[in-house]
Parts: sequence; structure tokens; C-alpha cells
Amino acid sequence: MKRAKKISVSILLYVWQVILVLFFIYTKIGGYIMYDVLIIGAGIIGTGIARELSKYDLKVAVLDKDTDVSNGTTKANSAIVHGGYDAKEGSLMAKYNKLGNEMYEDLCKELSVPFKRTGSLVLAFSEDEMNHVKELYERGMKNQIPGLKMIDADEVKRLEPNVQDNIVGALLCTSAGIVSPWEFAEALMDNAVENGVELHLNTEVTGIEKNGEIFTLKTNNGNFEGKYVYNCAGNYSDIIHNMIAPESFKILPRKGEYYLLDKVQGERVNHVIFPCPNHLGKGILVAPTVHGNLVVGPNAQDLDNREDISTTASALDYIWQKGSASIKNINFRDNIRNFAGIRAESDRGDFIIEEASVSGFFDIGGIKSPGLSAAPGITVAAMELLQKHPIELNKKENFIKPRKHQVFMELSKEEKAAKIKEDSRFGRIICRCEMITEGEIVEAIHRPVVATTVDSIKRRCRPGAGRCQGGFCGPRVQEILARELKVDMKDILLDRKNSYILVEELKK
Amino acid sequence: MKYDVVVVGGGPAGLAAAKSAYDSGAKKVLILERDKELGGILQQCIHNGFGLHRFKEELTGPEYAQKYIDMLEGTDIEVKLDTMVLNITPEKIVSAINPIDGYQEIEAKSIVLSMGCRERTRGAIIMPGDRPSGIYTAGSAQRFVNMEGYQVGKKVVILGSGDIGLIMARRMTWEGAKVEAVVELMPFSGGLNRNIVQCLDDFDIPLLLSHTIIDVKGKERLEKVVVAKVDANRKPIPGTEIEYECDTLLLSVGLIPENEISREAGINLDRRTNGPIVNNSMQTSIPGVFACGNVVHVHDLVDFVSEEGERAGKFAACYADEEACQMEHIAHISNGNGITYTVPQIIDLDNIPKKLEIFMRVNNTYTNKKIVVREGQELIASFKKAHLAPGEMEKIMLPEVLLKKIKKSVTIELQEVL
Repeated sequence: MKRAKKISVSILLYVWQVILVLFFIYTKIGGYIMYDVLIIGAGIIGTGIARELSKYDLKVAVLDKDTDVSNGTTKANSAIVHGGYDAKEGSLMAKYNKLGNEMYEDLCKELSVPFKRTGSLVLAFSEDEMNHVKELYERGMKNQIPGLKMIDADEVKRLEPNVQDNIVGALLCTSAGIVSPWEFAEALMDNAVENGVELHLNTEVTGIEKNGEIFTLKTNNGNFEGKYVYNCAGNYSDIIHNMIAPESFKILPRKGEYYLLDKVQGERVNHVIFPCPNHLGKGILVAPTVHGNLVVGPNAQDLDNREDISTTASALDYIWQKGSASIKNINFRDNIRNFAGIRAESDRGDFIIEEASVSGFFDIGGIKSPGLSAAPGITVAAMELLQKHPIELNKKENFIKPRKHQVFMELSKEEKAAKIKEDSRFGRIICRCEMITEGEIVEAIHRPVVATTVDSIKRRCRPGAGRCQGGFCGPRVQEILARELKVDMKDILLDRKNSYILVEELKK
Repeated sequence: MKYDVVVVGGGPAGLAAAKSAYDSGAKKVLILERDKELGGILQQCIHNGFGLHRFKEELTGPEYAQKYIDMLEGTDIEVKLDTMVLNITPEKIVSAINPIDGYQEIEAKSIVLSMGCRERTRGAIIMPGDRPSGIYTAGSAQRFVNMEGYQVGKKVVILGSGDIGLIMARRMTWEGAKVEAVVELMPFSGGLNRNIVQCLDDFDIPLLLSHTIIDVKGKERLEKVVVAKVDANRKPIPGTEIEYECDTLLLSVGLIPENEISREAGINLDRRTNGPIVNNSMQTSIPGVFACGNVVHVHDLVDFVSEEGERAGKFAACYADEEACQMEHIAHISNGNGITYTVPQIIDLDNIPKKLEIFMRVNNTYTNKKIVVREGQELIASFKKAHLAPGEMEKIMLPEVLLKKIKKSVTIELQEVL
């Protein structure tokens, strides 16, 4: 009798445990958690919205198909914060470029992201071009852009001693700047994650359903259910849109290729230098980067393929020529990397920031240039779309402020000494080109958005971004990643999935 | 605390310089090395062929390095490992950091720069295409295979027939990979002839001269490269494309002396060598700062690196002792027909040595030429050469009696043998 009771108790306990395990599995695969907001895409737009939503008591998740945030267009563009004179007055591009530009300084300071208001110049090499540049000036005045001024050849030469001699004049815009877009997106996401937003990387949305008020996003990592969805899928935003709503726009991928030159070329220009624009776009710019390099590009090529980020000999020749037509003596032999990015042009010609025909599904698409400049402003617009719905937005009382990052080499002697004393890993330089310490790499790995690939470390703190392109530090970064993440070295990827670096351990 | 000689870099050049400075009377000598051990890149060169000139025997890289490391024993030469030099000043203050001492500023009477060189990358040669994993400089692949113990790929194409590329073709084959081809832009190899025989011919690996890689394909890991023949102007010839399926591309496309510290200190650099301009004492444009090894110009053989290090160390010790090596009367060496560069670039006429070795590279392959040293129309010396190639560094030796003839400047050039 006593024994039977004991058995039945243990059976009950057993059944209870099974129920608990099943429940755990059920919630883990995402079927059970009801999100308030789901965001598709962790580029500059998705991370910006995530961070804004993290200020409120909401259950939010960001889904991205890649191995890291900011791995699409956000990491491969000119890294310019435009003044805002270029976009047609009354357009969303004009409105949010101006607003975004105004927000950059404070945001970057708050998030420890490098940003510099260098100003920009649009060069004119003939009277014809000068007339066109004057039109830009007038459009800028209509867009109420601060810091615009028409200047003559002498003034251009004073500001930019390396400009080609046949310069006629230029439009100066002192409010333009340069930024590190991938660090910006990463910092936004870090702060969002710290404040409770979930980030699901390697998670590709393959289908969307809506039942009643609830969206179900089908992914390779299970289903996600939520009440509202932001579509920030960049070059895939039309495909994502079409999963739930009738087609309303098309993405027309437009590739741009670049040179990134060694820091010895970094001071060739002081401003962002544009040629006079034409019907193809803003033309080949020459600009300093926030890290001290020189960037030259992009060309513009319409593609059918959203994945083609290859560079080509013909485009690189063209960029070389056009860059040299603006600025003298750019030494392209100091090139350290070529890259290409795809702008998410759309058939609408303007940004798409709207609620789809399906209630609660917001499209933030067609974010081409000046998309980066406008990004903080677009976040504001995106929030307004949500606020039209009956959702309770209660500010968190315990919102955690962004982490401060300090570049070791920018510290004073005394601060360097103190930092090494505190943690000796700051005394060991891993990347000799950019002078990055082991301490900074370890810190970068263990941020809220954990860095798992060699390139994710490069984007966070720059080892491998310098002139040797990781030739020396690559193996050591891989070693540190393996150690910190407690995995085998050969399982560390360069960047995207399957981008393995090592094939097998050799027999000793 | 002031050091007589501070040596920046503990590879073969720095080791030889430190030992030589010590032997020449410098009492306080310090080597600063960024890696966790001395020996520099020699430590990953586990193949044979080092030391034939210096020690009259065939050694591996680590064995060669060890010979010099052993020489430090019993001396008072100090070594700081895991230490990165951040900058040096013309006043000869060396700032450095390491995990143990933290940030430090070290005073020196003289400095020897021996930071070596780095590999040119894909960016430096502006190679278009996709950007997948599987593309390595030959030296970093060598580090993975020889030091970390990992194979980097299974089907390999190598661009560039410099020595590291050739050595890695053999090494990858030994570790079970298939090397499809070695592709060389120039009509001749940049490597030593013995390496072409021992690393390619012995394994039936084709060497495609006057070819280059025009495209790279693969979204994640490398999938294929497109090779094309080039014309006399090194431009790809349409219609000659061959596709090679491969998961790995090794780049052996040249080495660049690492002179960021030198440049920042204000040392004059030679555009052709990418290294400091030096005189016959290996002194740079800043008095008391000397340089040697691959930081000055890229050598083929470590034996000559050691020799140069010894010279730099000796004069660094001399400078530390009396600040004697002031340059008042100098003669510039200019490069004439067929000569890419010379080292030294300057002859110190106040300190004419018993004999002076001048190293140089030629800009093409030549047969039956003479290397001529002349001042204006006056012939100073002439050396017959049956065979000359850019991949093989040339050396001529001028004795004191000829050096004394030099007044202001000399030209070195190639002439026909009549």
C-alpha cells in the first residue's frame, strides 16, 4: 500500500517534469511568447527602431538572417551624413535627412559612435556646372538646410588645397558630416538588447501570416508571434512585404563600388567632396572617414541580383578616373580594400515609411541615399506609425543608458598606464596597424550583441580594418574569439554563414 | 635610466644588431619585441635553406633564429617580449606598452629600427570580385599551418611566385592539399630559382607566367578564380580566361617594409624601397637612428639581413659612445638604367670603410650585362654579370681605394658588355 503510494507519487512527479520540459521546449521554439513588436532586419533602420522601442515596457524581438547586425547595406556605403540640400523639397527624403542630420551629434555622443561634422563641397568645374550647383543651393534654402554657402575658386582652394586647378566654384555645406554606420547600428542594438529587446540572428523570415490581430513570422528558427511588425529588410523589403500584403513597391537593387585607402591618404581632403551631380546620382565622392582613411566611390549600376556585391575592374577604373578628376594626386596604390554595397532603390523614388494595407504591418523600405543621414529621423517617423494604434507606450523607469566605449589609443599616457594596471590585456597590442589591444577585443566580444565572427570584431573595434587587412592579427583574433566563446578555432567564421577559415586540425 | 642602444624588433635583423652593438662596446642594450618570442617571421619558416652564407650549413628558420638567440646568453642584453613600440621621437625617446610594465617611455642614445615587413594584400593589388573567406596572404596561411597547426584549404591557387608563395605551394601539398597552379603576372618568377625547382617542378605544379587573376567568385567561401593571360602592358587579354575551381587563394604578391613608426618620427623614406634612406653605416636621416633588415628593403636571404643588422648595431654602438657618426660630406647614389634601387642610398665620405657592399635590384631579367659605377663620365668600377633578375638581389663590393675617388655623387647602371 505504502509502496503503491510511493510509486504513484513518483509517477506524478515524473509526469509533472515531462509537462515542464514540454512547456519549456514549447516556449523556447517561439510558439508561445507573444511579442508586442517584431522587427525584420537589423540594419541601421531596424536597430534604430529597436532601440527606440526598448525605452518602453514592450516585448520586442529583432530577426535578421545574417550572423551579425549591420551586415547589409549598413556596412557598405559612403558613411556620409548629408546636409540635405539634394532631395526634392517636400519629399520624405528631404524631411528626414534634415531631421536625421540634426539628431546625429547627440545620438553619436550618447552611443560612443565616431561622428564628425566635416562639411561637404559640391564642386563645379565649368559655368554650366556652377549653374547646376546654384540650383542645389536654392533647393537647400527651400529645404531650410543650415550652413549653405556658394564659394568661389579661391575659397575652394583654401579649404581644399588638393582640388584640381580648373575649379570654378562650389557649394559649401557646413552641416554635412561623416560617421561609422556599422558601429552606430551595433551601438543602437547593444543598448536595445541591454534594455530587454531580443535579437535573433541567423533567423530568416520565410513566410508571414495574420490570424485575427496576431502576426506569425515563419523562420528557419521556428515561429514568432507578435501584434505589430516592422519590415526593415532593406534590399528584401518588397519580398517581405509581399509575404503578407499585395505588392505595392519594388526594390531595384543598385550597386556601388568603392576604394578604401590607407591612412597616409586620409588627409588628402578635409571635407566630403562631391562632383557636380547628374541624372545618375551624386557622382563619385572623395571623403575622409571617421577612422582617418580616404573613401572614393561609388559608381551606380542597376542589378537584377540582390546578392551581387562583387567589385569589377571596369567600375574600379571608372572610380579611379572620376575621383582623380576632382582631387589631385590621390595615390590609389595605397588602396587597402575594395568593397561594394547595394542601395535599396525603389520604384517609388522616395523613402517608403507607411502602414501596409494589412493593419499593424509597417513598411520602412526604399531607404537609399540619403538613408543613413535620415535614419534617426526615420526612427521618429516609424514610431509615429505605431502610435496611431491602441498600444500602450509606458516609458521604462529603469532604462539602462548606453555603454561608453573608449578607444585605448585615444587615452592619455597616464590613462593608458592606469588602464593596463587595471587589466593587463590592455597592454597587449593584437592589431598592429590600428593599434588595438586584446582588452578592447575581449570587451567587444562580450557586448550585449555578442560578436562571434572575425569580421564582427573588425566592425566593433577595427582589428583587420587596417593596411595589413588582418594578415597579422586575423589568426590571433580567431584565437581570442575561440577562447572567449569556448569553441574550437576552426569553428570561427570570417563573416557570413559557411565562410569558414580553417578546414581541419593537422596531426601533430 | 638611459639605454645606449634600443633595438625595435627582435627578428633576425634586430638580434644581429643587438649582439653586434653589445660586442662593439655598448653596455646597455635593449630589444623590444612585439611577439611572445624572439626570432620574428623565421619562427614560422620551418623549411630548410637558411644560413648557407652565414653559417655554411642548411638550417630551418627556427634553427637559424635560435643561433642568434643563443648568442644573447651570457651578455647583458635585455629583452622585453610582448612589447609594442607606439612611437619614437628624434630625441630618441621610445614609447612602448606591454602587459607587465604597462606604458613606458624609454630613453636611448641610439635606436636601431628592425621592424621587418608585411605582406601586400588583395587590396594593394586591387583584385576585383567577391569577398568570400578562403583568401589568405601566403604568410598568414603559413602561420596557420606551421604555428597554429590548422590546414586552411584543400584546393589551392597561388597568385605570385615570390619565395613565400613557392614555399607554401610545397607546404600545402605536403599537408594534403591540391595546388592547381601558381599564377605570376610578370614574364619571370619573383622567387629564387632553387625554390621553383624544389617547390613546383618536383610536385608538377604548373607555373603560369604572364597570367593574373581577374575575378574571384564565392559568396561565403571561395568557389573559383578566373585566370587570364596578360599582354606586355600587364593588361588581361580577353578570350584567354581559364576558371579554376578552388576553395583557397594564397597571395604572394610582394612585401612592404613596415615604416609607420619611421614615417611618424620624420625619417626620410625612399619611394622605391619603401624603407628609410640610409648611408653605409645604416644611419637614417635622423642622426643616431639606424635601420636594418627588411624594414630597409626586402631581402631574399636572411643571411644578408643578419649582416646588415651587424653593421647597424656596430655603428649604433659607436654613436651611443661618442655621437661620432655625424654626416657632413656625403655622396648620393642615383639609379641609372636598369636599376630599381640601391642600399645604401648615401655614402658617408667622412667615414669611408675598408670595403663597402652595395645591394641593389634590377628591373627586368638580363643576360651578359655589366653593373657600372660612375661619377659623371668617370668610370669608378664595373662588374660583369652573366644573369640578372628582379627576384635575386645583386651585390657589388667597392674597396676603400675606389670609394676615395668619389666626390659628390655616383650613378649605378647596367651597360652592355662590348
